[in-house]
Amino acid sequence: MSIILDHVNHIYEAGTAMEYAALKNISLTIPDGQFIGLIGHTGSGKSTLVQHLNGLIAPTSGNVYYNGEDIHNSDYNKKELRSKVGLVFQYPEHQLFEIDVFSDVCFGPRNLGLDKKEVELRAYAALKQVGLEDEYFYQSPFDLSGGQKRRVAIAGVLAMKPEVLILDEPTAGLDPKGRDEILDQIAKLREETGMTVILVSHSMEDVAKYVDRIIVMNKGQVRFDDKPREVFRHYKELEEIGLAAPQVTYIMQTLKKNGLDVDTDITTIEEAKTAILNALAKADKPMA
Amino acid sequence: MLRDITLGQYYQTDSVIHRLDPRVKLMTTICYIISLFIVDNFVGYILAGVFLALVIKLSKVPLKFMIRGMKSIIFLLIIAVIFNLFLTPGEVIFTLWKLRITKEGLRQAVFMAIRLVFLIMGSSVMTLTTTPNNLTDGMEKLLGPLKFFKVPVHEIAMMMSIALRFIPILLEETDKIMKAQIARGADFESGNLIKKAKSLVPLLVPLFISAFRRANDLAMAMEARCYRGGEHRTKMKPLIYKKRDRLAYGVVVCYLACCVAFGKILL
Repeated sequence: MSIILDHVNHIYEAGTAMEYAALKNISLTIPDGQFIGLIGHTGSGKSTLVQHLNGLIAPTSGNVYYNGEDIHNSDYNKKELRSKVGLVFQYPEHQLFEIDVFSDVCFGPRNLGLDKKEVELRAYAALKQVGLEDEYFYQSPFDLSGGQKRRVAIAGVLAMKPEVLILDEPTAGLDPKGRDEILDQIAKLREETGMTVILVSHSMEDVAKYVDRIIVMNKGQVRFDDKPREVFRHYKELEEIGLAAPQVTYIMQTLKKNGLDVDTDITTIEEAKTAILNALAKADKPMA
Repeated sequence: MLRDITLGQYYQTDSVIHRLDPRVKLMTTICYIISLFIVDNFVGYILAGVFLALVIKLSKVPLKFMIRGMKSIIFLLIIAVIFNLFLTPGEVIFTLWKLRITKEGLRQAVFMAIRLVFLIMGSSVMTLTTTPNNLTDGMEKLLGPLKFFKVPVHEIAMMMSIALRFIPILLEETDKIMKAQIARGADFESGNLIKKAKSLVPLLVPLFISAFRRANDLAMAMEARCYRGGEHRTKMKPLIYKKRDRLAYGVVVCYLACCVAFGKILL
């Protein structure tokens, strides 16, 4: 049970002057239940990659398998695939169209052909999952704030009960508070449901705290694919491709260089706090 | 899927045609369209075809781009051909059940098809080789005399350029929203006409909202830069005719003369 990409290439506008290879020979395995951060600079091919995962675009060459089946086989049920692999686009609030929040969330499950009761149950559950209060349910989605609209849009995909949830830059354009809220919600959601989550972002800072695996894309290729701490060790190379490790990594590196005995593989602020306090306590002892 | 429409899209390259004054290109396009309606025999259409082929060759725009633009009018083309083919009275050459194909009808249909194809291709050459900005400048200058009759020439030109500028943006937006709704299980392809029309609601509502939002933002940005219409507005790059522009006018006049001479009189 997993998604497998086998030597996937994607070329936009093949055969014209604007020909552009967005993905070059990508092979990846995404097992069930993993929390993945897909990181890359603008134009690195990350959005193109995730659109392959639910069959919205077909690879120019190579294959995509979901649970062992080639999704581009002529008899493969793409509609079912799209309910299993939920994709939340960048600025998903731009896709809202219904007269109220609740009907908009119902759109996805209704397309699956479920009966009315099941559709409404799912919509209600999804809106609760993203933490939207009842009082907003029957308001026009266009009257909500940016962060709330985004929650509604995410709920619209969640209501289809996907096994894999892909979020393309879910925090773009949100303020720091809104960003943290959305990310925390997603992390909580994953804990509760155990679904596979792929978080697309250009910021290491955003994902470092949550994910168990980071895939770094550069110019259509996979540059790194490892646990966060392993990836951040290459912070110098990351800088070369226009990315950066989280600030914590830099602080730990500098502290180490200046003689404080700390673990430089630390990725989150909480861990850093403990490590620094421990190191200081150790350093203090000989003097005392 | 929607990137195929090339009308109103600029193709970046460096060619003689690209460097021509936009006024020349506008006038040439108008003359070319007129010429298509003047000629009514095969010699004339061959002439028009050769002229178009030469211009396309000179413009260095791959032919593929023009042909891709044709896809959008194929439906119109088929209807025009069918109507002309069956509904023109004259000497019957073929009968199929109640439908008659006449000699005149066949001729008319072929001419109509050629005319439409050349028309679209001819105007695509203009939009593919001229940036929207340039095109508006040219139009504004050409329509300049109308200002005496209180026609808001500058405003019209500005609106045209904004409209042209937004075609590719809105197409891209449509593509994006379509994908987002497909990801939510929307189905734009199957079902009868009513179902299909209904399925467009999730596409059209967000598209209109986004168009209004963009229009609002643009108006704000223009106002922030003190835009206030055409009065006393000067240009950074005023349009000036050069030698090649005069030459091009000469060629167009020659072409028109040939069209009248061969496309009309001879048979």
